[in-house]
Amino acid sequence: MSEAAQSSLASDDGAATLDHDHLVEERLVAWYFIAGLVYLFISFSGGLMMALQLVQWNPLQGSEYLSPGRWRMIHTNAVAYGFLANCFLAGLHWAVPRLTLKPVLSRPLSYFIFIAWQVVVVSTAAGILMGQAQGIEWGETPKWIDPLALAGLALVALNFMAPIIQAKGPLYVTLWYFMAAFVWTFLTYAMGNIAPEYFVSGTSAGAIGGLFIHDLVGLFVTPLAWGLMYYFVPILLKKPIWSHGLSLVGFWGLAFFYPLNGIHHFLYTPIPDFLEYGAIVSTIAVEFVVTTVIINFFGTLWGSGRAVVTNLPIRWFYTGMVLYFITCAQCAMQVTHTFQKLIHFTDWVVGHAHLVMFGVFSMWFFGMMTYLFPRLLKQSWYSRNLCEWHFWLSAGGILVMFIDLTLAGIFQGYFWASLQPWEASIDGSYPFWVTRLFAGLAIIGGQLAFVYNLWKTWQLSRRSAAAA
Amino acid sequence: MFESKSGILLIGGIGFFLFAFLSNALVPILLYRHLPEQTVEELADNQNLIYQFEDLKNRYPEQFEKYYGEANQENLTKALRLGSHIYTGEGCWHCHSQFIRPVSNESSRWGKVASSDEFQNELQRPVMWGTRRVGPDLSREGGRRGNDWHAVHFFNPQSLSPRSPMPKYAWFYDDNDPSKPNERGLAIITYVQWLGSWLEEYPDYEDYQPLEDQMRNPLE
Repeated sequence: MSEAAQSSLASDDGAATLDHDHLVEERLVAWYFIAGLVYLFISFSGGLMMALQLVQWNPLQGSEYLSPGRWRMIHTNAVAYGFLANCFLAGLHWAVPRLTLKPVLSRPLSYFIFIAWQVVVVSTAAGILMGQAQGIEWGETPKWIDPLALAGLALVALNFMAPIIQAKGPLYVTLWYFMAAFVWTFLTYAMGNIAPEYFVSGTSAGAIGGLFIHDLVGLFVTPLAWGLMYYFVPILLKKPIWSHGLSLVGFWGLAFFYPLNGIHHFLYTPIPDFLEYGAIVSTIAVEFVVTTVIINFFGTLWGSGRAVVTNLPIRWFYTGMVLYFITCAQCAMQVTHTFQKLIHFTDWVVGHAHLVMFGVFSMWFFGMMTYLFPRLLKQSWYSRNLCEWHFWLSAGGILVMFIDLTLAGIFQGYFWASLQPWEASIDGSYPFWVTRLFAGLAIIGGQLAFVYNLWKTWQLSRRSAAAA
Repeated sequence: MFESKSGILLIGGIGFFLFAFLSNALVPILLYRHLPEQTVEELADNQNLIYQFEDLKNRYPEQFEKYYGEANQENLTKALRLGSHIYTGEGCWHCHSQFIRPVSNESSRWGKVASSDEFQNELQRPVMWGTRRVGPDLSREGGRRGNDWHAVHFFNPQSLSPRSPMPKYAWFYDDNDPSKPNERGLAIITYVQWLGSWLEEYPDYEDYQPLEDQMRNPLE
């Protein structure tokens, strides 16, 4: 694809107006990534505080602004709206103009969105800290911010849809995912934050809450992230995606089955059984769709497998994909009533969430950052070793955390069903919670290595710019 | 169609989303459209809850007088609303669920399995089912423990349950004193006592008998 794009770039409109600098606002890409990293560390503070609280080592007691309950919501919201959303905007600002050969609608608008989105995220955090959270999981954004966030999402869609609509000829897979994601993200946010707050209560609100939690993963994060994978992987491997047919199956399978999954978060609730079964069947269908996507990407990798060793961004991407497959395989099992009986409400689910949010999507962003920062700063990485530390601490940390929390969940489930006093399940969880704390510290350590590396690389880039 | 802009935007983007919304959200809405949604005022009209609210006034007369005044219906409504707001804002629902499943012996531990009518009210908007249990389910918690127990427990959970990972909520109290719950403290206790108060199995302390009476041989 990129080669075709390159050739059309040279022949059609004249290279002068279509060179990379004209198309991509590099400074904004870097800013978005850095903003994302800032929120990642804010999220880490919340996660660390919760981990310390669970093992009763939390030294910060007594202030409501340091309440672990509120910081737990900052932990999840900072990841979704701070880290992931900012990194997506970075990726979109890089990929969309390069794919469509058209700049975004307006550069001033891009900068306005950048600032407006940071205002939205910071006010969300401030509102949650002041105890104004809304009672929707992953949508705790205080009620008064919801309209602002929706306006922001609409502007984002407008800014990127302008070049996509103008693009001629068949669209590349990445753009299918992006276009659909713009529509879905807006609709998901509106549905989840408005309907259960103002229109319905009780069981119906629960059904919508389930749809919201799952659509946020499946219709906002997943399509944007896979769109970026379809863009970066062929470019890095210097070959086209293995099968266009499988790309089609992957996209349309996701589009149809993913929105139908939400209710699987609330099995054995008063939500009618036939709706629960519908969600379960759709979830298992998603697993088949995911398998076709994974086959497609490993078909692409076929013949250049050494890149996983030598090419760090490719290693991040494919590690994420393996973990994605594990996540989805796990998902197809854990949505059944049989598994839910035991593992619902336990740390199993927490492990699952961390595996998909950190082990998959965050890893892909680390790969993109590892690839893009040297290009944005015109300076190769300060230390390849630190890049390796970043990878191994992150991968090791998440793997330990995932296995640990999954086991913890099984133990908790059996403790509860055995009707022992509740405290028995707390005692039984303790060693797992301690392990999780250290796995989390390893992950944080990996990101500290990355940020230090980035800082040194930036300093080097300043020095070489000054010398030139 | 499969690769065109309009196909992706209209069928994939809007069409499939709408289909999922209609089948997964609108269907339960229509199914429960005949269940009336209770207001907080209606919820507060509940003898079990009024008993607990009056008990709070008796136990903490100065604090109660200061923040709520009379133990009447209007103030109970106010406390219940505020309590629900605190339950949401503090993220209680991220470590405590509010529904009993028909599996895993949950009804033996907590009581009646959850049903739709229990959630059809203003305080379940959005619904507080929750997705994680670090601590136990709370939907049958009301009336199980006294108001003084809750006052001490919110102040320092570990004093009553040594291994509990629950945080301390010092800001529910005046002067950092567990015997002085403030407006928020009284409200959250009222809210917790409300949970399950609509059930017949709600413990009824008016029937409470002193220990010596219970020990007495009924045949005597």
